[in-house]
Amino acid sequence: MLSTGWGITLKLHNDELIKKLNLTAVKIRRHIIEMLYKAKSGHPGGSLSAVDAIVTLYFYHMRHNAKKPDDLDRDRFILSKGHAAPTLYAVLAECGYFDVKELKRLREINCMLQGHPVCQHIPGIEASTGSLGHGLSFANGVALAGKLDKKEYNVYVMLGDGETDEGQIWEAAAAASHYKLNNLTGLLDRNFLQIDGNTEDVLRLESVRERWSSFGWNVIEIDGHDIQQIIDALHEADERENQPTMIILITVKGKGVSFMENNVDFHGVPPNELEYKLAIRELDTLQRKLEGI
Amino acid sequence: MSKVMENPRSAYGETLVELGKKYPNLVVLDADLSKSTKTIMFAKRYPDRFFEMGIAEANMISTAAGLASCGKISFASTFAVFATGRVYDQIRMDIAYSNANVKIFATHGGISVGKDGASHQMIEDIALMRVLPNMVVFAPSDATQTRRIVERMATKYGPMYARVGRASAPLIYKKDDLKDIKIGKGITTKDGDDISIIACGTMVDYALDTRKLLSKEGIKARVIDMHTIKPIDKKLVLKCAKETNAMLTAEEHSVIGGLGSAVSEILAEKGCSCKFRRMGIQDMFCESGEPKDLFAKYGLSAYHIAKTAKELLK
Repeated sequence: MLSTGWGITLKLHNDELIKKLNLTAVKIRRHIIEMLYKAKSGHPGGSLSAVDAIVTLYFYHMRHNAKKPDDLDRDRFILSKGHAAPTLYAVLAECGYFDVKELKRLREINCMLQGHPVCQHIPGIEASTGSLGHGLSFANGVALAGKLDKKEYNVYVMLGDGETDEGQIWEAAAAASHYKLNNLTGLLDRNFLQIDGNTEDVLRLESVRERWSSFGWNVIEIDGHDIQQIIDALHEADERENQPTMIILITVKGKGVSFMENNVDFHGVPPNELEYKLAIRELDTLQRKLEGI
Repeated sequence: MSKVMENPRSAYGETLVELGKKYPNLVVLDADLSKSTKTIMFAKRYPDRFFEMGIAEANMISTAAGLASCGKISFASTFAVFATGRVYDQIRMDIAYSNANVKIFATHGGISVGKDGASHQMIEDIALMRVLPNMVVFAPSDATQTRRIVERMATKYGPMYARVGRASAPLIYKKDDLKDIKIGKGITTKDGDDISIIACGTMVDYALDTRKLLSKEGIKARVIDMHTIKPIDKKLVLKCAKETNAMLTAEEHSVIGGLGSAVSEILAEKGCSCKFRRMGIQDMFCESGEPKDLFAKYGLSAYHIAKTAKELLK
């Protein structure tokens, strides 16, 4: 298993590393489908599009330790698009923050795993999210504290593209560049869909790249499902001086399950029994393909 | 004898500077109003720990929560109207629900803001903050009490909201008084056994004036300074209900959701039959004007409170 400890402890050949991360992403996608099927509610589309970046952060890039979730020197990840909670929960469980068995109880009464992330109750969750638009501001606070305390940690925050309709995002975007938060990296899950339809029809976002760069951010645009590109972008972001970086992840909503891909109907609707079985079968096939079986 | 005046805002600024020395993890945020909220005093002394957030209150509140998540004691300040209603969702999610160590200190609460008018006269903030789980709510009555409350806010963990007015206020307590002030424990400022006036914030001084007016007519009023509106001092409210038979609440706030509501909830649930009135803004927006004229027009002057007290005691 890939290390969830401090830094890259496994000296894997690059191809081997990418393969492991891709296989981990499939595992997380399977968790997501199982969790949402069991919970009979939740958001498959935006959870699946976010998987590869979050997997790369936790299983490769970030310095963190599941046994010490409150370590003052840890890198932080904030899921501003809180409805992708299943992805984060599955990743945290696989990292060892809590028992994988908990995942099956998502959204149940008397269960730790709430419909949206909540801090101080779930190990590894940094911020309570679910009301969109807050996470970047929160991340700014964490990044400012890091500067103040002369800590080396980095702060990563994932935003939904639809989420950037919120005005607070742009308040925070201005503040992050004003305070030269080079220890802050945003990851924009640019899957082009939000509940009411295409982001460009609901409230035009383009040109996303120009928006962020005009706010003083370093902007990198990549394929958000290409692990190698994600790794390279994260390294580039960490080395930036004097400004925050926004990595625009060009993604596919529902990625990994053919009938959910680019299908807005699966924004907030869980799979039924047939869809569940089909989805798991597709993911099994994907896994075998990656394993070269 | 003329009253000694001091501005609670200045007391806040001065106390922040003192606390900043004592607590290196104390940080302060403001939204382009640091000259008015007096956080500028802290900014000048501790520029590294002061964060000017511009006219972007939502970002300020969530950023304060992010700082708190890293062990900071975050004080965030702006006018009460912008510090609560404008950022309710941010406070709800990032501070109250997250049980974050963020202290919102609001100035310019109530109608004593005066000439700026209803847009700036915040009369719903106590209600908005009181309803949030985990949130502690204060309305200090003078500069001295402001100092002590701000000290308590810094030392006790958790989400807290405090509001003071814009104007200088008469000193009710001497500068070094109230060393033993406790969160959630009201102060019997003056005793009396005919009627209890439970007041908070600026209205405590008005209640004391009311007491003088009433005493000329042989009515002995007890004045309670209820600086903490949540958690409220239930025991003291019930004690007053038992001992004085009539009760008034006085607040520079809507009668809905604030101190008056909190007290009436206690009385109703205990089945207290004491005569009771809520003095405050009667479910309306006010207007521009001199504070004293506004207090007179909207029924918050000592004269009005005394009149209501007498009617209640008939």
